[in-house]
Amino acid sequence: MEKSGSVDSVESLCSKGRAIEKVLQCKCECRTWIKSQFLCIDLMFFCVQVYKDTSKGELPLLPEELVQDSAKDVTYICPFIGPVRGSLTVTNYRLFFRCTDREPVFGLDLPLGVLSRVEKIGAATSRGDVSYGLACKDMRNLRFVHKEPEDSLKKSVFEVLMKFAFPVSNNMSLFAFEYKQVFPENGWRVYDPLAEYKRQGLPKESWRISKVNDRYELCDSYPAALVVPVTITDEELRRVSSFRAKGRIPVLSWIHPESQAAVVRASQPMVGQNGRRCKEDEKLLQAIMDANAQSHKMFIFDARPSVNAAANKMKGGGYESEDAYQNAELVFLDIHNIHVMRESLRKLKEVVYPNIEDSHWLSNLESTHWLEHIKLILAGSLRIADKVESGKTSVVVHCSDGWDRTPQLTSLALIMLDSHYRTIRGFQILLEKEWLSFGHRFQQRVGHGDKNHTDADRSPIFLQFIDCVWQMTRQFPAAFEFNEYFLLTILDHLYSCLFGTFLCNSEQQRLKEEVPKHTVSLWSFVNSQLEEFVNPLYVHYASHVLFPTVGIRHLQLWVTYYIRWNPRMRPQEPVHQRYKELLAKRAELQKRVEELQREAANRTASSTSERAGSPTRSITPVQTFV
Amino acid sequence: MLSLGSGGAKSTKPSFVSYVTPEEIKSEKDPPKKEKLPDLLPGEVEFCSANPILKYTQDDLSQRGVFGTLFCTNFRVTFISDETPQEKKAKTFKNKLYGENDIPLVCVDHIYGVYDEKRKLITGGLVKNKYPSKMIIHCKDLRVFQFCLRFTKEEDAKKIFQGIAHHCLEEKSLKCVFAFSYMGTPSPGTDLSFCREMQRKQETIMFDSPEDWTQEMKRTKANCRLVIENKNFELSQRLPKYFVIPLAIGDLFSYQGKGLPIWCWSHYSGCALFKASFPPVTQEDGDFQKHLETMINAVAHNYLYSVKTEDLSESLPNIQDIQQSYNKFKQFFLIENSTDFWLSDVKWFSSLESSGWLDIIRQCLQKAVEVVECLEKDNTNVLITEEEGTDLCYVISSLAQIMLDPYYRTLMGFQSLVQKEWVAGCHAFLDRCNHLHQKDKECHSPVFLLFLECVWQLVQQHSPAFQFSETYLTVLSDSVHVPIFSTFLFNSAHHRESVMKAESPLAQSGPLSCPTVWDWSVQFDSKAQNFFYNPLYSEKVKHEKAVRKPHKPKHQRQLSLPSTAFKTPLKKGFFKDETDSLKKMLRVKRLSRWMGSPDSPAATTREFYESWQHRPVDYHGLLLPCLDGPAVRVWMQRYLRWIPEMYILGGGSVAMTTKLMELLSQVQDLKRVLEQRDTSQAAKIDHHPYLQHRLLSFGSSGRLSSSFPFAYTRNRSFKPIIPTGLMQSLMVTDSLASQEDEASSVASFV
Repeated sequence: MEKSGSVDSVESLCSKGRAIEKVLQCKCECRTWIKSQFLCIDLMFFCVQVYKDTSKGELPLLPEELVQDSAKDVTYICPFIGPVRGSLTVTNYRLFFRCTDREPVFGLDLPLGVLSRVEKIGAATSRGDVSYGLACKDMRNLRFVHKEPEDSLKKSVFEVLMKFAFPVSNNMSLFAFEYKQVFPENGWRVYDPLAEYKRQGLPKESWRISKVNDRYELCDSYPAALVVPVTITDEELRRVSSFRAKGRIPVLSWIHPESQAAVVRASQPMVGQNGRRCKEDEKLLQAIMDANAQSHKMFIFDARPSVNAAANKMKGGGYESEDAYQNAELVFLDIHNIHVMRESLRKLKEVVYPNIEDSHWLSNLESTHWLEHIKLILAGSLRIADKVESGKTSVVVHCSDGWDRTPQLTSLALIMLDSHYRTIRGFQILLEKEWLSFGHRFQQRVGHGDKNHTDADRSPIFLQFIDCVWQMTRQFPAAFEFNEYFLLTILDHLYSCLFGTFLCNSEQQRLKEEVPKHTVSLWSFVNSQLEEFVNPLYVHYASHVLFPTVGIRHLQLWVTYYIRWNPRMRPQEPVHQRYKELLAKRAELQKRVEELQREAANRTASSTSERAGSPTRSITPVQTFV
Repeated sequence: MLSLGSGGAKSTKPSFVSYVTPEEIKSEKDPPKKEKLPDLLPGEVEFCSANPILKYTQDDLSQRGVFGTLFCTNFRVTFISDETPQEKKAKTFKNKLYGENDIPLVCVDHIYGVYDEKRKLITGGLVKNKYPSKMIIHCKDLRVFQFCLRFTKEEDAKKIFQGIAHHCLEEKSLKCVFAFSYMGTPSPGTDLSFCREMQRKQETIMFDSPEDWTQEMKRTKANCRLVIENKNFELSQRLPKYFVIPLAIGDLFSYQGKGLPIWCWSHYSGCALFKASFPPVTQEDGDFQKHLETMINAVAHNYLYSVKTEDLSESLPNIQDIQQSYNKFKQFFLIENSTDFWLSDVKWFSSLESSGWLDIIRQCLQKAVEVVECLEKDNTNVLITEEEGTDLCYVISSLAQIMLDPYYRTLMGFQSLVQKEWVAGCHAFLDRCNHLHQKDKECHSPVFLLFLECVWQLVQQHSPAFQFSETYLTVLSDSVHVPIFSTFLFNSAHHRESVMKAESPLAQSGPLSCPTVWDWSVQFDSKAQNFFYNPLYSEKVKHEKAVRKPHKPKHQRQLSLPSTAFKTPLKKGFFKDETDSLKKMLRVKRLSRWMGSPDSPAATTREFYESWQHRPVDYHGLLLPCLDGPAVRVWMQRYLRWIPEMYILGGGSVAMTTKLMELLSQVQDLKRVLEQRDTSQAAKIDHHPYLQHRLLSFGSSGRLSSSFPFAYTRNRSFKPIIPTGLMQSLMVTDSLASQEDEASSVASFV
């Protein structure tokens, strides 16, 4: 069996060391570079890294990655193993720290994009030591201590770091625009809206793809292609857009292949205190209902708690009144806003990093409400999926602006309803469609390259969604084509700014910035080495709808994400590792059987008298996936 | 009377849910006349019955249910539905002794009566004339049954209620336990699987003969002395029939064996783990103090003159604490309806924490790791003590052995371990499990369950290291409450022997022989027993026969960490040449209790864990649990298997296992093809460890629920379980909640 250098995320450290070594040896090959980079990220996981080639001090740089500054004698205060002395290097993409005088060799390698804050802690001590704290978006804080350069004209390495960590604030471009790796796959071609709606089997007699937003004039945060009922004209859509917050009109997101019940997304109606109405909007919703012959009812899911929805009326927003929208039932899903979520994650970080208080772990976890929010989001999605699947009714989903809670709910409901979105490529399409094209404000929510870490627009909405997906993969271990490493990779590159995928706030902005032209898509990278991300347990059941159990009892904290920096929480060899071994074993045996059969066939051909006890067993039942 | 063979095939189970309210039914039709009888086990006698009784289906608050007859026998309370099962579903995992509507009498935990909408706990005294309209039974295996008594005749209802309450709640004598009636052990007949079962059973070492102990000492290279002087319990009735002590102990008979250090296990280095019962330190006179010193010295003599002692009654919660904590803990799983479920869901984590059960589990594992550290890293002898010496000592010593010795992680090894430490070692199962419903609350405690819980934590953290599955542990924990097995019925070896002997003349067929729990064929057919095996167990690669070395491979050798960080054990006998004074000096130094060290034990064991963790995984070497908060979990399968709200249709670990099984069988098929080839061609294939696995066959029912193989989802249309009461669930009073999503939009709208 070939031992490939592409190490699975959880292979034992031993072989990991070997793999790194191997990767370090063949630097010339670009692809391996990328791998090494991922291995490094991966390795941070274990807090222990093995660099063999330390004497030369060479760093595995990416194409276009340039060393900006480095400093020796920097101490990293590791909360788990104590102070570590080593050298620090800052490039235009990442930070390297390595310490060679301890066994095993210790290293840190993180993209600067994960930094949310870099600051000097306290003043210089008498010995001239300065301390720097680095707060990261991926649930850890790093602390370094180093000597202030004696030459006061020379900038400290941390000042350089600050410049490159926040390029947007310093009027520089993100590294994604410089990174010019070429992959065999082009991830920018993964999503084609027309092909996707065709796959869904969009019935032409009731729905049409409107070009009204072709130039993003109707709504600048929506995609160019919008699916609306045939009975509604573009002119009517324009009028609806003035009634919906940010012009985000109700448009189709997904349609059930059999019942034709539709999942429609929108933003809140601008009802206001006076109960404004818009007859085109009412007509549009009626048309959506009519497009589904199976039901004469419709559900409007407002993701917010009813109190908040009502409070929005003060600001001109609000929710659909049942007088104006007959046959529509309004349901509030009680999901809180971005600020509550941000606060919840902040609390969670406090609870899990760096140290966990064992005896109060559970109540501490509960006090963060993080899993409760996850439960509410999953429960809301479940109700949506249930109405569509079991009730055969169409649903409209919105929150305030329809770009945070709404994509969480629609995309989770879609994952439950449509097995296509549980494949690797299908999931990519889902993200491209529900999140990127429909304008989840990634730039604002993540704050790429922006030093303003207190920005109230930041919120872990997308992380929360990935967490919900992870919860589902836990409950249905064989229903998803991708593995945990895939989700981790997405989250790591949400912050890394290596790929263009999660840059900007909307499709329009991405086109304006020519993101697809100047950057590499994350999917280029992923799809070029799919085997890394495949869940070996995957069984493709095309028609299965997944209804997860949303009780807190079945939800778990995603330890391998939130607590991955804690070396003690390192996962043991998971089941799928052994499963992979089994798959390899099967492939090996299969090959062997084939060989023998060929041999036997040859022999019987040469001498018909010799009759080996060849098995009559057919080997056909052995196929890769049943 | 029916033989066990057909008696086991109970097929009646309610597969029909009545969608009319009981009131409607009452007015519509007469109670059905035909009464179905339960299939009685050999020796089972019916006490009373009542019909019609409505058994509520647990799903929701609506009063839906199934009508049927409720019986009370000397073995169980059983409900038999009036409905003929619409379709007979072959259950792959069926207990032959009791079905899903049977509650063995000793398995009843609490009975509640609902009188005029008020729920009251029924105690023995409360059973007078009044009978409740609704009877709720909480079982020790966490099932909840609700029966409505309103539709049956008053005297029948009274009779059945009083009968059940009497037989389940009143204190009774050991003789009344069903095991003593269940004498007519069924003849196995020509059951082919039986022979295999017998073989399998025989692999479990019972530790009831000197040979078993000699064998075990040989296996672990122990240098100790087997005591056979207690063969007829002359020494002490509280001590095992046979046991092993340090060589250096001469005088056996002082203090009735109190304080005798009893050998548990020897490390390959020579140091060993001992346990002893000690009276509380305060009460002892000087004489006893001296005695203790002799004992500790004797232990120290075992290897390198070093010993660490630990009084578990000081450092771990006592058995009453354990009982209290478990009582709190189990309440979270005895759920009667959906509303309760969703209400308790909100405070789930803090409720769990407040019970303290997970913390007790963590403490026990922590203590076991400390013991392991002493043996493995410091190579000192360890003596753990406790007042009785038969409760927490066993938890800790068994856990330490499982962590150190891969043999105990096999199914047979594990059973032998339970036999060695718990059964032969005289754990007071009868008192601790409270099979006789004694009022004395002091001695009840789920100590054995606590041990299984700890093992489960290890299993879920390092599943490939264990040959047995989580299902095995769950079934074992249930079997404690099946009053048929001699394993869990007695307080000590002496107790077992004396009762069995006394009973035998009555049975007139030689000495009484209850089956042991290890005879799994009593409960499950061989197909179901396959669920006991972990398909992912990484079996040890066996050496080719040709390359086998003349001497047997020592199991312990693999235990040694391939490390340099751990000091190599000093040569044995190094101290022999030293002077006495040196010995004394060393002794004083090393006799220190490790609890007294300034570093908190958690910190040192943490270090020990981390250094272990940095090594490549060796499933046949030392195994340590991660004890950090998130790593200690709730045993979902055991505790949540009966709660319909928890079922994941098409999901759960069973989805994974199914897929694995599929693959395993494919690999095996291929292997077979190749082996057939091999007979004609000399192609060499290495033996892969996976191939000795047994295959599970799942019904082809397509989508199984996560609670498989315990509860089956029936009648549950394919609908999601949508939580109720979300509104009150999360009250974020924060000002953040009312903030607008987009910070900028606040300005634009205000």
